[in-house]
Parts: sequence; structure tokens; C-alpha cells
Amino acid sequence: MAEDLHEIVARALMLDRSAITDDLKYNSIPEWDSVAHMALIAELEAAYDVMLDTDDIVAMSSVGTIREILKKYDVEA
Amino acid sequence: MIESFFEVPVYDLPKAEKHALLQAELRELTAFHGTECEGYRAILDAYGPGDLPGGADAPLIPVSMFKLHDLSSVPQDQVFKTMTSSGTTGQRPSRIFLDADTARLQTRALTRIMTSFIGPKRLPMLIIDHPSVVKDRRTFSARGAGILGMMTFGRQHVFALKDETMELDWEALETFAAANAGQPIFAFGFTFMVWRYFIQQLEQSGRKLPFDNAILIHSGGWKKLEAEKVSNEHFKQRASDLAGFGRVHNFYGMVEQTGSIFVECEAGHLHAPVFADVVIRRPVDWSACDIGETGVIQVVSVLPRSYPGHSLLTEDQGTLLGEDDCACGRKGKYFAVHGRLPKAEVRGCSDTFASNQ
Repeated sequence: MAEDLHEIVARALMLDRSAITDDLKYNSIPEWDSVAHMALIAELEAAYDVMLDTDDIVAMSSVGTIREILKKYDVEA
Repeated sequence: MIESFFEVPVYDLPKAEKHALLQAELRELTAFHGTECEGYRAILDAYGPGDLPGGADAPLIPVSMFKLHDLSSVPQDQVFKTMTSSGTTGQRPSRIFLDADTARLQTRALTRIMTSFIGPKRLPMLIIDHPSVVKDRRTFSARGAGILGMMTFGRQHVFALKDETMELDWEALETFAAANAGQPIFAFGFTFMVWRYFIQQLEQSGRKLPFDNAILIHSGGWKKLEAEKVSNEHFKQRASDLAGFGRVHNFYGMVEQTGSIFVECEAGHLHAPVFADVVIRRPVDWSACDIGETGVIQVVSVLPRSYPGHSLLTEDQGTLLGEDDCACGRKGKYFAVHGRLPKAEVRGCSDTFASNQ
């Protein structure tokens, strides 16, 4: 079982784990801007050992959609 | 409907269909900004409805308007990022107000355009700049924002330059080169920086980088290289010889229309994507130039929602080369840019605007 998605998001965005929910959206808080998004993608790729396509990165607009998109890569986050 | 632009291929819509789609969307945008942006409405009101420059669908306003005035079509609390351009010396920079919707449209459009050249897979990426240009997250310069936007299309990002001294970071470059020898990589930088601090420094060092069929995307104009008479052909040749960049694409774009950029094809022509178009205009009466005739470049884009930047008269000169029949196979208008107008200042509109303030 790989690491918990909320844990990874919290680490990449430098937030407390309790601040992360599946409803949290990209660009809705200062901590999750385009710079942080790149850091988050790097964390996801390392944690789940996947290489995400450009279209999928752009579509990752919330924690919930990240979870959905990762399924395409056979990751149950 | 903006979504219809994402349902069609980015470079494959025949002109009749594209013009119909654009016309409807731009007309809607003009009406929207006319209602939501007081300053923009004042500009439109100053003309009779019949003689709007650029036509009733997309009246054109000079790009300098964003330097002179704060033009926004959304309430202040919806602006989540303000983009600024470097601005010509002595001028105030442009200020472009983005809401979440417009920013998202920009990203989606840019992704469509870029992946059509690079492919869907992100390649290891070399950024031909130094890391501190993307440090300040609150106020992005056009340079920092351009780099950040492009970083989405790469992975394992490495900066080629050390710091403000513009020295090549050989330690980083060697590690990156060793990991990617014989492979395609993706590099991005501003034209002048790529030439002066990457190609020329490589040349002086006598060293080469071992990439193969690598992609170099660059932008920002040739103005600073004019004195050195660097042609596009020579630039491409050196990038290929010294670092294995088999695919080199310049692009024309501006902070006022981020996202809908005009990328150079394999035949060396700048192409309008489905989200945008160009009209070359005669400065005497702003009528449209014929193919092959040089004039002032007007750019239109369907992306700007939070500011009235959908139809702009630039300060650049260009020539329309054709439409739908480029040798590369892409449809849409293709054109060449010849640099800035001498001492650009478009009078009239701005005077009118000021009197309405």
C-alpha cells in the first residue's frame, strides 16, 4: 500500500495534513499555485512511481480529481 | 461557447469554419467586456457604432492601453493574479488582471498548442535561465510566468544558468547531460538568453551537449540580437550542432494574450492556433493588408475573460504569408514578425479614454 494521498499533498504544498480534503482545489489557496503544482506533481510521481502525461497534470484541478486520474495509472491513492 | 474551441483540433479547422467560430465568440466577448469594464466601454462609446476600428465583432484597442490604465472586467476580489510585462524602457509595465477562469483557459489552450509540438509525454527539461526568476511567487514578471507556464511540459527541471552572472552551471548541465545522452529533451528560454548565454557560451567552451532530436522552444524577439545579425537559420543550426536540438521553434506571444501563442512550424512560419488569429493592418486607415504586404499586427484571442484583451493592436510589424496552405500541413493563418514599429505610439483612442476618466 502506497503512501496516503493527503499526506503527499500536504507535504508538497507545505500544509498541515488536517487542511487537506478531496474538495481542495488548485489555485483556491495561495499555497497551491502553479509553482506548488509542479512540486506536487514531482511528489506524486516519486511516491507512486508513475510518469504523468501533460494533459493529466493540467486536469488535476483538485485533490479528488488527482485521485481519479491516478486510477488511469493503476494507482489506488 | 468557449468549450467549442477545445472540441476541435488546434491546427486543423478550415478557414470558413474557423472565422465563423471566432466571429461569434469575439462578438460575445466585446459585448461582455463592454458591459463589465467601464474603461473599455468608454473607448467603444467614443466611436460611432459603424466605424469601430477592427469592425464591430472585435474592435481593436492598442496594447499600450494596459500600460496606461487598469482595465478589468471582474470584481477586484475575483482577481487572483496580476501579470506585468517588463515594458519598454521609460514606460509603465502592462497590468493584466486574471481570474481563475481565464488563467485556466490560458493553461488549457497552451497545453493544446504545446503538446501538438512536443507530444503528450513530458520530457526531461532544461530551462535556459537562472532559478531566481521564478522565486517571487506573488508578482510574476512576464519572464518568470513564461518559464513557469512552460515547466508544465517538462519533468526533472534543471536550470542551465547559475545566477545573475549568467554563467553556465556546468555541474548541473553535466549531470543532466549524462542522464539524458542520446535522448530527446525539452528546453525553453528567451531568444536573447538562449543565444548569448547558452549557444555562445557553449561555443566558447568548445564543449557540446549530447542530446538527440531535442526540442528547443524560445520566444521574446530578436531585437537584442539585431546588432549581431543572427538569422533564425543560423540560430537553429548552432543549436543543432552544439546540443542536438533537431527541433527548434520560436513563438510570438504577449502577456496581454497569454496562452494563445503563435508557434513557428517546421517551415519557419508562425501559425495562428484555433484560439487566436492575426490581422495585418495598414497604418493609414487600419484596413486589412493583403498577403505579402507588411503592416501592423492585430492579434485576437478568445481566452481573455477577466480583462478586455481579446482584440489588440500590437506595436509590432508583420506580414501575412498565407492561410490554410502552409507546407507544414497546419491550417490557419501563417505569418512573419519583423519587430517593433519605430517609436510606437498609437494616438487617438488613449486621448479619448483619458477624457472619459
